[in-house]
Amino acid sequence: MAGQTLYDKLWQNHLVEQRDDGSALIYIDRQLIHEVTSPQAFEGLRLAGRKPWRRDANLAVPDHNVPTELRERAGGVAAIEDPVSRLQVQTLDDNCDDFDLVKFDINDVRQGIVHVVGPEQGATLPGMTVVCGDSHTSTHGALGALAHGIGTSEVEHVLATQTLIQQKMKNMLVRVDGKLQQGVTAKDVALAIIGKIGTAGGTGYAIEFGGEVVRELSMEGRMTLCNMSIEAGARMGMIAVDDTTLDYVKGRPYAPAGEMWDLAVAAWRELHSDDDAVFDAVVTLQGADIKPQVTWGTSPEMVLPVDGQLPDPAAIDDATSKAAVTRALAYMGLDASSQITDIKLDRVFIGSCTNSRIEDLRAAAAVVKGRKVASSIKQALVVPGSGQVKKQAEEEGLDRIFLDAGMEWREPGCSMCLAMNADKLGAGEHCASTSNRNFEGRQGFGGRTHLVSPAMAAAAAVAGHFVDVRQWQEAG
Amino acid sequence: MRAFTVHSGLVAPMDRANVDTDLIIPKQFLKSIKRSGFGPNLFDELRYLDEGQPGEDCSKRPLNEEFPLNFPRYQGASVLLARENFGCGSSREHAPWALEDYGFRAIIAPSFADIFYNNCFKNGVLPIAIDEATVDRLFDEMYADEGYQLTIDLERQLVITPTGEEIPFDVDAFRRQCLLEGLDDIGLTLQRAEAIRAYEASARQKSPWLFDVIR
Ligand code: SF4
Repeated sequence: MAGQTLYDKLWQNHLVEQRDDGSALIYIDRQLIHEVTSPQAFEGLRLAGRKPWRRDANLAVPDHNVPTELRERAGGVAAIEDPVSRLQVQTLDDNCDDFDLVKFDINDVRQGIVHVVGPEQGATLPGMTVVCGDSHTSTHGALGALAHGIGTSEVEHVLATQTLIQQKMKNMLVRVDGKLQQGVTAKDVALAIIGKIGTAGGTGYAIEFGGEVVRELSMEGRMTLCNMSIEAGARMGMIAVDDTTLDYVKGRPYAPAGEMWDLAVAAWRELHSDDDAVFDAVVTLQGADIKPQVTWGTSPEMVLPVDGQLPDPAAIDDATSKAAVTRALAYMGLDASSQITDIKLDRVFIGSCTNSRIEDLRAAAAVVKGRKVASSIKQALVVPGSGQVKKQAEEEGLDRIFLDAGMEWREPGCSMCLAMNADKLGAGEHCASTSNRNFEGRQGFGGRTHLVSPAMAAAAAVAGHFVDVRQWQEAG
Repeated sequence: MRAFTVHSGLVAPMDRANVDTDLIIPKQFLKSIKRSGFGPNLFDELRYLDEGQPGEDCSKRPLNEEFPLNFPRYQGASVLLARENFGCGSSREHAPWALEDYGFRAIIAPSFADIFYNNCFKNGVLPIAIDEATVDRLFDEMYADEGYQLTIDLERQLVITPTGEEIPFDVDAFRRQCLLEGLDDIGLTLQRAEAIRAYEASARQKSPWLFDVIR
């Protein structure tokens, strides 16, 4: 019998029962909850007279709607200006109180984007099944967990039963061999993979990321990579446990300690694919070939290396993709065959669950240190992923570097990643963004998003247009 | 949940690939704490010329006359014909809620994003994946024939065209059964409470660090 993949092992470890019709009941170890996708789930519980199955399996934190300006934030939930947002955040608080679930308040230093907070607090651990009503739950797979987004009905199902009804996915290995060039980051790897397999390339698969490049990534980098699995169509992405994982987890508030730690580590050491495991699909990339990436269109697969040239619809035969490229160019206000480096920017956003961890902020700060944001840039926002990240960045003096460069330093939250709060793009504005989706209107009605790494966003803020951060770094 | 057995209805097009859930229902409407009322904001950024706000009366907003769902011929449509990777992006269940609230009972496309596909079944909306060539043909037939209707028979797993052509589709047995009977799957799972408790007892032995931590 062939060996098991990491996904096979995680699945097997959580199988409550396999059914004849192909579905299975899977046990869920951790559910993370935020304000946007949970109100209807709690309401459902209430209407059916049900209670959470296991209160200690859940952790809630508001993130999508929270204001990021200190002025508005300082007053807590009651001071949120937008009444609809306020009600939603308040509803999360009320629901957690009613059902006796642990939540972090909006001004708790532990508050932040749910996918930054989970690993940071040790609330998500290797070997767990982790779900959240949010597609970027794939992030937690970086720890060697089986983690994926679910809809609100499933949030309710997990609250009520601690399980999910699932069909097993196929296995895909995405291997990135060799080494990355200086200035090329996990974000560029993620975008390059999506460029290669497309936004539906991973549909129906659980992706495992492997290869030397992945092994050498920090946990922050691994989270960035797994975060964007969903943009490649896969509900989940995961990475085998190794010393990097264990070093990261050790000492976190909810992580096991003492004897329990040793016990856990012994189990976690098994969390890798067996040498003879068989994958249904294997994709390989060479690390050295990957250049800094920039998306030009309205789907993450519309991505090019920074020295690339935009497509020309006239040269495309397939009718559906010709139409898609034509529409994307029109929406983005870009000319066919123009250069990525010609794209002028109006705003810059450094943040989101993809790139708002300490390493991301360090990378951005290293680029802007001693420089100024271009006068043509209306706003350059830096939004740390959590209160803890913010605190650490301030201890390292990163906030001063950003402020001195003319950037704004904000309170943690999702912010301009999806613009549910006051941070948004104006119609027609181009934004260099470290987030994960460049869909039409995602960052504001009529807004134009270009997805990049933190270093590329920072360099673009200084230059006013996209530049190749590799040359930038050589220039010092 | 509303059961789905056989449904016949007018077909409308969403003729582009990679329609994401942000496009199906933009984020400002996700601030609602309710499960209903999203229909008027389905495809909001395409349907209207202005930027919609939650709670606004949509009947007074300027319509985008070029968007097919606004064409007189597609009024009352309940079957959406779409392209590949429909429903990609965010996991928001507001997307099927909006489609359902608008009146769509079924969506036909060459492929769907996983989470969206799953979310549809929980809300009485049937996503039907059929091969691209057939979808192309259905688009052609629909464009050529005003009032084009399709019948969807979930029991027999068939899409039936006006000429009587029967196009089979796949759907997994469990989801099909839940939809046919309009079952509440939480209730079903709770019938397995003992199995869940047995699992927990053994997991607690094997991996005690997973329990009683967040309190
Ligand atoms: S940062 Fe963006 S992608 Fe991440 S959870 Fe928040 S809204 Fe979603």
